[in-house]
Amino acid sequence: MALLRIDKMTHYFGGLRAVSDYNLVLEPGHIVGLIGPNGAGKTTIFNLITGIHTPTEGNVELEGHNLIGHHPHEIAGKGLGRTFQNLLLWRHMDVLEHVKMACYSQLEYGLLGAFFGTGRCHREEKRITAKAMHLLETFNVAEYSDQLVSSLPYGAQRRVEMARAMAINPKVLLLDEPTAGMTPDELNRMISIIRQVHKDFEVAILLIEHRLKFVMELCEKIQTLVFGEVIAEGTPEEIQSNPEVIEAYLGKEDVT
Amino acid sequence: METKQETPQRAYKNLLARYKAFSNRIPLLGWLCGGIGAVLIEYFLGDLVSYYLGLPKVPVLFGCLIMLKKPILIPGAVGYLLLVYGLPVFFIARALATPANKLAAFLAKGPITIAALVHLGLLYAILHIWTDMSDYRVLVLKLTMIAVMLTLSLNVINGYMGEFSCSHPGFMAIGAYTTSTITLWLFANDKLFGEALLPAAIGPFFFPLALIAGGLVAALGALVIAIPSFRTRGDYLAIISLAFLFIVKSIIENLEFVGGPRGMSSQPNYSNLPMVFIVMVLCIWIINNFVRSTLGKALCAVRDNELAAESMTVNTRKTKMVTFMFGAFWAGVAGGLFAHVLRYVNPGSFGIQRLAEILAMLYFGGLNSVTGSIVGAVSINLLSEALRPLEIFKWIIIPLLLILVMLYRPTGLIAFTEFKPKELMRSKE
Ligand SMILES: Nc1ncnc2c1ncn2[C@@H]1O[C@H](COP(=O)(O)OP(=O)(O)OP(=O)(O)O)[C@@H](O)[C@H]1O
Ligand SMILES: [Mg+2]
Repeated sequence: MALLRIDKMTHYFGGLRAVSDYNLVLEPGHIVGLIGPNGAGKTTIFNLITGIHTPTEGNVELEGHNLIGHHPHEIAGKGLGRTFQNLLLWRHMDVLEHVKMACYSQLEYGLLGAFFGTGRCHREEKRITAKAMHLLETFNVAEYSDQLVSSLPYGAQRRVEMARAMAINPKVLLLDEPTAGMTPDELNRMISIIRQVHKDFEVAILLIEHRLKFVMELCEKIQTLVFGEVIAEGTPEEIQSNPEVIEAYLGKEDVT
Repeated sequence: METKQETPQRAYKNLLARYKAFSNRIPLLGWLCGGIGAVLIEYFLGDLVSYYLGLPKVPVLFGCLIMLKKPILIPGAVGYLLLVYGLPVFFIARALATPANKLAAFLAKGPITIAALVHLGLLYAILHIWTDMSDYRVLVLKLTMIAVMLTLSLNVINGYMGEFSCSHPGFMAIGAYTTSTITLWLFANDKLFGEALLPAAIGPFFFPLALIAGGLVAALGALVIAIPSFRTRGDYLAIISLAFLFIVKSIIENLEFVGGPRGMSSQPNYSNLPMVFIVMVLCIWIINNFVRSTLGKALCAVRDNELAAESMTVNTRKTKMVTFMFGAFWAGVAGGLFAHVLRYVNPGSFGIQRLAEILAMLYFGGLNSVTGSIVGAVSINLLSEALRPLEIFKWIIIPLLLILVMLYRPTGLIAFTEFKPKELMRSKE
């Protein structure tokens, strides 16, 4: 059974058809890339999957369970972790608190536990602190754990955001342009981090990327989106040699 | 050899540095012992000292009232402050630094509850002895502690959660009227509810339950605001909560069975000093536990970026509703205490002016900080009491002060800090 299955998903913003008849089958452990020019509707697809917008038509299923109509926090709790194209971090919280916060729905104490600082509350806080520290180490940002996110270099902020997404124990990880604004050096490091996370946490990944080198290297399957429609789908080699893709997308951009 | 000139600034800096070095060695326990010494000295020698300094009587509120009324007595009042408070605290804290540090280290090894109880016991002793001298002090202190509860609970909503609520006096009113109704009906012979139903002797023990009931009814009131306000994104809360404040007031004005515009009076004297102190400590403790837990930090996540919070499994709507009701609960409890401190309430006590006061204390002290709320409530409350002789000018000075703070520290004096009791009580050696 497919882990994430999307059927004929269509979405209108007013009169604008931002996504039309989008289909996806994501198998466990796979990495799928989503490429396309600016405004193609890639981020919108993520927002539709995670429940921020409700699709006008179509179906989204995670492990056979329908996701349409659920709140974003419920969908996230079912195992959909994501990052954002333009970093949505909490500016008054430190790095460790970011990752702990994503363990919110796993906390096994309630309001009364929090009010009275019960033993269970302390144990749970300790447990998620350990878990968060482990994730921070995986993403190489443990050294910043007690700093506010705004004081971190840009690349580190991106990695904090990924660590945070991993803390919800996702089955599917949605990465929206994880290397935007990174130097080639940072880019290579990001590739190895994603590989390692993919292997260690056995998570399926759907990623949006502009840099071809990155998608070609990581993904088993690539979809090309133009004006909300998938115009080509296939292995990196197939995509690279598809004339339509070259015309719509690669032709205008730097292929490296 | 250095040949730097001794300028006043440098002298001041030196003094400050030396004071810092000195105070860094003294644990909280030492300061509390110093405080006990000071209030004991005032208790036994206060009359004598004020007589020799030419003061008419013991200055009741740190000499502020005397100084403002009769400037000629300023030297005497300052001398009194130094002799009775400043120097004793300083010397006792220094003399006891070593044993106090040892005791603090010993307490730190045990459970934090015991250490906290020792500190709170000392603090209570100071307050008790200090207020034993005059009824006016008792009243000011009780109202200050209630103000701390109000400010802190509003901070949870306006600071931690980043919404803007105006309905705190309304919740306070609900709490005050609910609690008063219960105590008057059950334990007092009064004109509204007639004979007492239960023996008055069990009243004081029942009072905490009445307070909780007041808090719960206030929380129910909060639910009425929360349902429409947090349904969609957008800033409806400020408007809806303001409307709520007026509605509560006019409902109470029209409810004859709680006295209408005349209000309720002769509540039993249940809000004694230990009662108010214990409830305030509980309030601070519970709120501080909450905002330091991950469950409570969800408030900050919701405030800083709601979309990110929601995408990280935080149920933002529930978080907002629960928090709003939580804040209202404590405002209700504070209102119940308030009614039994003044032993008289009328709808006029819970209007816009009260809201302005609470907001001033909150924004002066600092958003998102328990310490800030305590500092803000205590300082604005004492200041407004101390400036009373200036009458109308008081309402110029306090807003000016607030504007200054807002200019230099837009989020308040002590904003965005965590209140860590363990740190506070640790040994300094
Ligand atoms: N909330 C919204 N309301 C109205 N229109 C929107 C909204 N979000 C996106 N759009 C429109 O939908 C289209 C697709 O936007 P989207 O952000 O999904 O593109 P994208 O492929 O992620 O582009 P980029 O590479 O720039 O990130 C754009 O025309 C955009 O203006
Ligand atoms: Mg995008």
